[in-house]
Amino acid sequence: MSWYDKLLQVDRRWIFLAIGVAVVVPFFVPLGLPVIVTEPVQGLYDAVESIPPNDKPLLLSIDYAPATLPELEPMALAILRHAFRNDVNVIVMTLHPAGYGLAERAVRGVAEEMEQVEGEDYVFMGFTPGVSAPILGLGVAIRNVFPEDAYGTPLDEIPMMEGIRNYDDIPLAITLAGWSAAEAWIYFAREPYGQQVGAGVTAVMATDYYPYLDAGQLQGLLGGMRGAAEYEVLIEREAKGVKGMDSQSVIHLLIIVLIVLGNVAYFAQRSARRKMALEDA
Amino acid sequence: MSHHIIWTTIGAILTLSIYSFLYKDNPFYKFAEHLVVGISAGYYLVIYTFNFIVPNVARPVFGLELGGEAIRFAGLEWWMALIPGLLGLLLYARFFPKFAWVGRWPLGIYVGGYAGLGLSPVMQARVLQQMEANALPLTSLTNILLVVGLLGTLIYFFFSMRHKGVLGVFARIGIVFLMVGFGASFGYTVMSRISLLIGRVDFLLSDWLHLAGG
Amino acid sequence: MRRQLPLTLCFIAGVFMAVQYFIPHWRVQDVYDRFLTWLQIIFAFAFLLGTVSLVKVHYHKIRNRAADRGFSWVVLAGLGSMIGLGFFAPGHNDPGSPFDMMFQNVQVPIEATMFSLLAFYIASAAFRAFRARTLEATLLLIAACIVMLGRVPIGDLISERIPEATRWILTVPNLAAKRGIMIGVGLGMMATALKIVLGIERAWMGGGD
Repeated sequence: MSWYDKLLQVDRRWIFLAIGVAVVVPFFVPLGLPVIVTEPVQGLYDAVESIPPNDKPLLLSIDYAPATLPELEPMALAILRHAFRNDVNVIVMTLHPAGYGLAERAVRGVAEEMEQVEGEDYVFMGFTPGVSAPILGLGVAIRNVFPEDAYGTPLDEIPMMEGIRNYDDIPLAITLAGWSAAEAWIYFAREPYGQQVGAGVTAVMATDYYPYLDAGQLQGLLGGMRGAAEYEVLIEREAKGVKGMDSQSVIHLLIIVLIVLGNVAYFAQRSARRKMALEDA
Repeated sequence: MSHHIIWTTIGAILTLSIYSFLYKDNPFYKFAEHLVVGISAGYYLVIYTFNFIVPNVARPVFGLELGGEAIRFAGLEWWMALIPGLLGLLLYARFFPKFAWVGRWPLGIYVGGYAGLGLSPVMQARVLQQMEANALPLTSLTNILLVVGLLGTLIYFFFSMRHKGVLGVFARIGIVFLMVGFGASFGYTVMSRISLLIGRVDFLLSDWLHLAGG
Repeated sequence: MRRQLPLTLCFIAGVFMAVQYFIPHWRVQDVYDRFLTWLQIIFAFAFLLGTVSLVKVHYHKIRNRAADRGFSWVVLAGLGSMIGLGFFAPGHNDPGSPFDMMFQNVQVPIEATMFSLLAFYIASAAFRAFRARTLEATLLLIAACIVMLGRVPIGDLISERIPEATRWILTVPNLAAKRGIMIGVGLGMMATALKIVLGIERAWMGGGD
């Protein structure tokens, strides 16, 4: 058996092992490579930065599920830290039922870390179903969609919600989603109401959102763990996003090597077979 | 042993059970796979019930309270909570074959309502705004490429005429742009999947074993 | 009643929701606002249909003594425990409650790990299946490799042209292609929505009578 046949028939579990080693090693031998910020992320950062402190709140819709947690939770934590650092109040909500537990853990964790008070600095609305209906409903009246917060407190009894009626009182809405909820915010908040919208999406979806970004329908876009890492660099608080970039670098190189190796072996095999076919003919 | 350590260890064991599938299918993997199906269904049921159905249907109808304010029995707000609640319950008629057709009534409202809701926004966001954004002066190479690329992509998917002549040329250009676009998507897809793995490894090494900086 | 009434309701709901964007009169907007909540409530009940179906499927597996019925018990045990903890144990909403702990330490790890398996399969596929057999495939692979390098710090280190090339790929060819797809799909979405509202598309009603 020639080298290319052996290579092409290698048990895929060896490849799995190589991936496993490649992801683990950088955790113990960090490369510490700098993360360079790109325009889409800078755009979202600038949009949050422009919200005046102690004034109208940022709306953060944590619409992700456990499946996309590693990519999107670092974004949520970074945005919350940014807002709280700037004394910007935050309304947190979710359109995904699994997002309830994830949104709560994100906002509670950062609020405790930064000594923010529930009801005064942030409010957690909880979950509401339906996507388009609640997004449209928030433009009419927040209280129609959320008569009370996640813990049963009527909105009128929450200090930071005084005078906050609908999108007119929200300078920016950010959605973090690994599904079509991100687009829904553009369709149903941006288009009918002119609400400024930013998005954090999984890397799988990110390339599809460049048309919205280019058309000005999004203020900024975070794509995957890299997007989270760039935002962490901007807020000068490196966390899981930046930490993951070393492993990301190593594995991307490995995958490119695998693609090249696979193609080299394939073409070598094809060439040898053609040669054999010609000799036989 | 603190509760936190016990729960984290449970999470780690279940994580490793799923990863055992990489070697081969086995009962540990199957157990974890089936467990998450049941747990997530139960979680969603509780969240939907307490986060939405109770404050928007049950409490107004039975407790005569909506958003902290009292409402009148058989008043407008009471009916506005009862009727959709009953319509929602009608959906469950599908489990009784003789009455399954009743479930089509709320389904009709729901399907029609959401379809109508999306018409204008989708037209605006996906078609008109995008066409406006791409209506660029042909004064730079970038603009020319964007206009030609968009035309080529749209023409490629136009199958009502044969892709010959000028149409064929644009369709070919469209394929080139599509392939580069899909290449970018593929690169990002790889990035995305790897990120998910990095997240889990971070959990195992940092949160569970405390071997790598948290 | 069985076909005409649902189709009529679909038509009325669809037309009203489509047209209300253009009628700012307060009466219409009030009806619209209330109807939005109705849609959410119906959606919530529809979503939970899945739970009932799940129980039915696994109950039948157990009753019919299917080969893997043991795992059906696992599904029902998981469902039952969350229902018990959520409905009958106090303070399910509290962080750190048993209900929350089951979510954070059972559901989250399993779901997150399931999707992370794809990392291994995509690497295996990269080696075994991604072949530059044609010009188009070569273009795709080259673009993919440039983007993969350009979106990680090591690409910035190798050469500043790599992230530049990545930025160009994303903001020119990718943008044009995705915009074209977006417009096409958008037109298709509108056509489908119109067909549903007008009763031409009736698959949602299911079969029978």
